[in-house]
Amino acid sequence: MTMAIELRGVSKQVGGETHIHPTTLALQPGGFNILLGTTLAGKTTLMRLMAGLEPPSAGRIDFDGRDVTGVAVQRREVAMVYQAFINYPNLTVYENIASPLKVARLPDAENHSRVQAMAELLQLGAFLDRLPGELSGGQQQRTALARALVKRAPLVLLDEPLANLDYKLREELREELPKLFRNRDTTVVYATSEPDEALLLGGHTATLHAGRVTQFGPTAEIYRAPNTLLSAQIFSDPPINTAEIEKHGPTFHLSEAIVWPVPERIRGIDDGTYQIALRPHHLTVANGQREGLRLDGTVQVAEISGSESLIHTDVAGRHWISQTPGVHDFAVGSKARFDVQLERCLYFSADGERLA
Amino acid sequence: MAQITLQQIQHRYATETPRRSDYALRDIDTDWSDGGAYALLGPSGCGKTTLLNIISGLVEPTSGRVLFDGEDVTDTPTSERHIAQVFQFPVVYDTMRVYDNLAFPLRNRGLDEGRIKTRVEEIAELLDLTGVLGRRAAGLSPDGKQKISLGRGLVREDVNVIMFDEPLTVIDPHLKWQLRSKLKELHQRVGVTMIYVTHDQTEALTFADQVVVMHEGRIVQTGTPVELFEHPRHTFVGHFIGSPGMNVLPCEVEEGEVRFAGRAIATASRQRPGTGNPPLEIGLRPEHVRIVPQGIPVEITRVDDLGRHRVIEVRHERHSVKLIVPEQDAIPDGETHIAFDPERTWLYQDGWVVD
Repeated sequence: MTMAIELRGVSKQVGGETHIHPTTLALQPGGFNILLGTTLAGKTTLMRLMAGLEPPSAGRIDFDGRDVTGVAVQRREVAMVYQAFINYPNLTVYENIASPLKVARLPDAENHSRVQAMAELLQLGAFLDRLPGELSGGQQQRTALARALVKRAPLVLLDEPLANLDYKLREELREELPKLFRNRDTTVVYATSEPDEALLLGGHTATLHAGRVTQFGPTAEIYRAPNTLLSAQIFSDPPINTAEIEKHGPTFHLSEAIVWPVPERIRGIDDGTYQIALRPHHLTVANGQREGLRLDGTVQVAEISGSESLIHTDVAGRHWISQTPGVHDFAVGSKARFDVQLERCLYFSADGERLA
Repeated sequence: MAQITLQQIQHRYATETPRRSDYALRDIDTDWSDGGAYALLGPSGCGKTTLLNIISGLVEPTSGRVLFDGEDVTDTPTSERHIAQVFQFPVVYDTMRVYDNLAFPLRNRGLDEGRIKTRVEEIAELLDLTGVLGRRAAGLSPDGKQKISLGRGLVREDVNVIMFDEPLTVIDPHLKWQLRSKLKELHQRVGVTMIYVTHDQTEALTFADQVVVMHEGRIVQTGTPVELFEHPRHTFVGHFIGSPGMNVLPCEVEEGEVRFAGRAIATASRQRPGTGNPPLEIGLRPEHVRIVPQGIPVEITRVDDLGRHRVIEVRHERHSVKLIVPEQDAIPDGETHIAFDPERTWLYQDGWVVD
């Protein structure tokens, strides 16, 4: 019994400002649906509309084909977890997890076993008698998650639930989260500003920018084949390298000296101005063996993380980043040479539509 | 600018009711050189913020001394230590222009307006704030405001050290890149001692020349990013740095040979611990495990596609191992073999590396 959630022309204005432009979106039932975008892209607003915490200014929201636009949050069978860990401070972990079931008035034995099972799943079994204030941040957020999941709502909304946690803990919970929903029919909506998080969680992704969904589809597909330059930019960390290029006959020109052949599949396009986008890990410090396009740059700064080097560089007047495995140290202002993995480049029209 | 020396710092928070935050700093004995870029890296509760507060003078250590350029400042108030601080949330005067925000610390020190102007314009140039000097700070984005906080530290010429406490928390990922590389560039240009506190390994490793890894109130390793990556002194460092962290697997030593799951394993550790010691482990990073035609037989149990590479989890008997496979390499189906890079496989005893 997975739930189908559909937004039909939903928009939201607040005091003359548009927070969400008319949006039509059918979420993947029974799977992870990721809302990926920066602060103010509209992730939280979309979730609040889905939850019924706010009414849309126009359009309708369907759950299983039923219009729920006017239905109050309490009657929508939705659970939501926020970025800040919200628990009842004066209730124990057990009571916190059990609190939604009291409302649902299930028999006590059933309640008890559900709370226990959920606590085990989230590794909270040893802390059931503690107050939230006595737990670490990760345990508090797991308590909030357990409370959201225990009532088995068919729609779970997670608004950057890991954003306030330590990096390592985030890594662990990212692995755990999909496991929690495996073998359940829950439709999950998960907001994040981090591309890596979207990739790890998989499922489907909607890229958001300034109140618009720029693309929606299977996560890996959007990452590898973004429809627009904007979607590629939203889905890239470090930021994707971009530049305007000119097509003259069979070649693309980044500058007078930097020229390479137009790929076979798009050779039919007209001459003129286009845009190229290249992920930082496809621009690597040149090594002797490779053939193909090479670029010379002036290093702004080199960051070395131990396993890889991030080299911020000026290439033909643009600020680009190279992400190269291994240790490559460069002084500020020094010259460096980079290999471009041409077959991985993405090409867009001047107004940002990807060329097939 | 100053060299910072911490001598036998211990700290305990006096509390009525024992809480998790009631941790101590223990055995902090270290020397940070003048003009260095340091990061204090560790999970919540490891003591990194307490240590920062001890250096700035906001917290007085239970015991031990703090020295700036050899001079004992343990009893010197914060205001006289000449420290600039940048916090998680930008501290700016919203109603003032960006120019006046930057000029504020100099006006407080009674500098004449001519010198202030020169200095403010110089710092604004470094931080790419020249174009917004006349605007009110309120209108700026979080990263713009954070640059002002930083600028207010840099503008003072008497600053001993600039300290950053999780300065990128409220900044969007794509702007984090810009701001972080700006910080690093600034450090290389102005050469003031900087201390950066974070739980985020990427921030620590890319910013700092020396990363100080803290765990349960102690410094477990201080080293360059490369040292921490290639030669973790403690399994915690191996685990905490790297994404995913180091594989830590149980092993035995028999007749001088390191054995894992009944197989001899070549390691970079040359010494061998004596008998009767605590359990032994080998540690090696997912980057240093390869898929090979002949080696340790494994079953692939999980593949995570991260775009630029995939993280693969494999199982050998009851042991789980993670490895990283580049984007362009194929992954076999189901069962395969793996090998460990002997130059990057270390032996650990009770968590500490055996050299």
